[in-house]
Amino acid sequence: MDKIAIQVHEAYKVFHKQRRWLPRLRKRNGDERKPVVAVDRISFDVQRKEIFGVLGPNGSGKSTLVRLIATLLLPDGGSVTLFGHDVEREPMAVQRLINRVSVEASFFKKLSPMENLLYGARLYGLDASSARREIVAILSRFDIKKRDIYQPLEEMSRGMQQKVAIARALLTRPAVLLLDEPTTGLDPRSKREVQAVVKELRDQQGTTILLTTHDMVEAEALCDRVAIMDAGKVVALDTPAGLRAMVPPANGRPTTLEDVFLALTGKKLVENGKE
Amino acid sequence: MISIASQQIRASYAFVERNAYLVKRYWSWEIVWLAYSIANSLSVSYIGLGMEQIGGQEVDGRFLVLYLVVGTLVWRYLSLIFYWITDVISLERWEGTIEYTLMAPIRRLTHMMGQTIFAVIYSMIFTGVILGVTVVLFNIDLSNANLLGATVVLLSGSLSFVGIGIVGSILPLLFPERGSQMTHVIIASLLLVSGVYYPVEVLPMFLQHMAVVSPATYVLRGVRAALLDGAGMASLWPEIWPALIIGVATIPVGLWCFKQAERYAKRTGKLHRSG
Repeated sequence: MDKIAIQVHEAYKVFHKQRRWLPRLRKRNGDERKPVVAVDRISFDVQRKEIFGVLGPNGSGKSTLVRLIATLLLPDGGSVTLFGHDVEREPMAVQRLINRVSVEASFFKKLSPMENLLYGARLYGLDASSARREIVAILSRFDIKKRDIYQPLEEMSRGMQQKVAIARALLTRPAVLLLDEPTTGLDPRSKREVQAVVKELRDQQGTTILLTTHDMVEAEALCDRVAIMDAGKVVALDTPAGLRAMVPPANGRPTTLEDVFLALTGKKLVENGKE
Repeated sequence: MISIASQQIRASYAFVERNAYLVKRYWSWEIVWLAYSIANSLSVSYIGLGMEQIGGQEVDGRFLVLYLVVGTLVWRYLSLIFYWITDVISLERWEGTIEYTLMAPIRRLTHMMGQTIFAVIYSMIFTGVILGVTVVLFNIDLSNANLLGATVVLLSGSLSFVGIGIVGSILPLLFPERGSQMTHVIIASLLLVSGVYYPVEVLPMFLQHMAVVSPATYVLRGVRAALLDGAGMASLWPEIWPALIIGVATIPVGLWCFKQAERYAKRTGKLHRSG
């Protein structure tokens, strides 16, 4: 298998606001149809078995990047490949290699975790009887009680639902796991459990992981390398130690990843605040 | 090659099983929907019994009731198929699972095949229950009816409604907010021109031309001939082949349109409404 798991080359994604149909309305409402550049010609490689973090403020393009890799969006420029398969030209080959956990646990809420995960397992061509056993094993690992496995998901807390979402991704044993803010909304204990699973996946199954997060501690603890995105661009990419070295210590304490994040993206935040 | 085919078949069953689970979990809604449908069918059918009093002239009430019963049952069956197929997108938009399903390594044909198998089974059972109630209440004698012939005509018409449903399912994909409601226009137009409750000949000429391309026109004529006159397969064939041809034409056209719409949605970011 290729050493490079994910290759993003000059990837570009722009969204256009919906144009009003009537010219009079366009004029009256000042519809200038300004495009929003969500991902602005970014390039990076993720090595096989690497945990690659992506940090960035809200609206910086992290989720768009994840969707481009997950074949849920088509790039407007550049290319994205997974183990040599282009996301636009060979989506099925890419889809067989990946799974994704998004910030909102998207499920059929009336169905139970077992029913939802069985649906997921069948979509990925897994055998139902072995999938059933594995679902129970993975969910038990996340401290989900056996009786809850068969109750509607809507009766679970958001944190528990997120655990089920992670279990669903693990079930298909993806070569590349895309985690889009997977621990948002989880309590500290659940966060640690998820983080332990992420590490274990890489160490024991050789899974390549791309993780977006707002949690600097999490990024520091898990990621081999971290890219910081701002306004659709990668403004820094290095190991956590390398990133910390970019910003000199202040107030007599060592630089944290949060200092780096604020130094590289904070100016924009202040500017936005003035508007 | 064989493993990919078996994976696709398994994946197809995922939709059958998932929909069965949804029906089970929403059982109270199903009962309400069934009660509504029975009441609806009965109230249309009673028009047949009331015609003599309404018009003040002698009419064959029994024949009229049968005419309307067939219309209401066939229409219920075909529209159920249509809505289950168009729900392929709107249901997942409602639940928020659309990205998860469209990211899975399955072909759209597989996706639609699973949805179609479930739609046909569900619609058959649902319509069968309404038929049972109607037969008891109106004391309908089906001893001379060609039930097998009626079923063959219904199944041949199902194909074309699957094709039309696939085309209709594009609307929720392209218009996230109101696409689902737009599909009602298609079904309402077919209801108007297909002779569900009246002969097509009473329509203005331009609507009669539209009736020629509506598969429901042939299905209704065929089922009426089979149930009311006990027509054999040879006499039903002129109604079966046009419905089949429309189905054979609309399914690939629908799949092609769906593929283009999916590509457009992925290009413009319409799969997900924010984030």
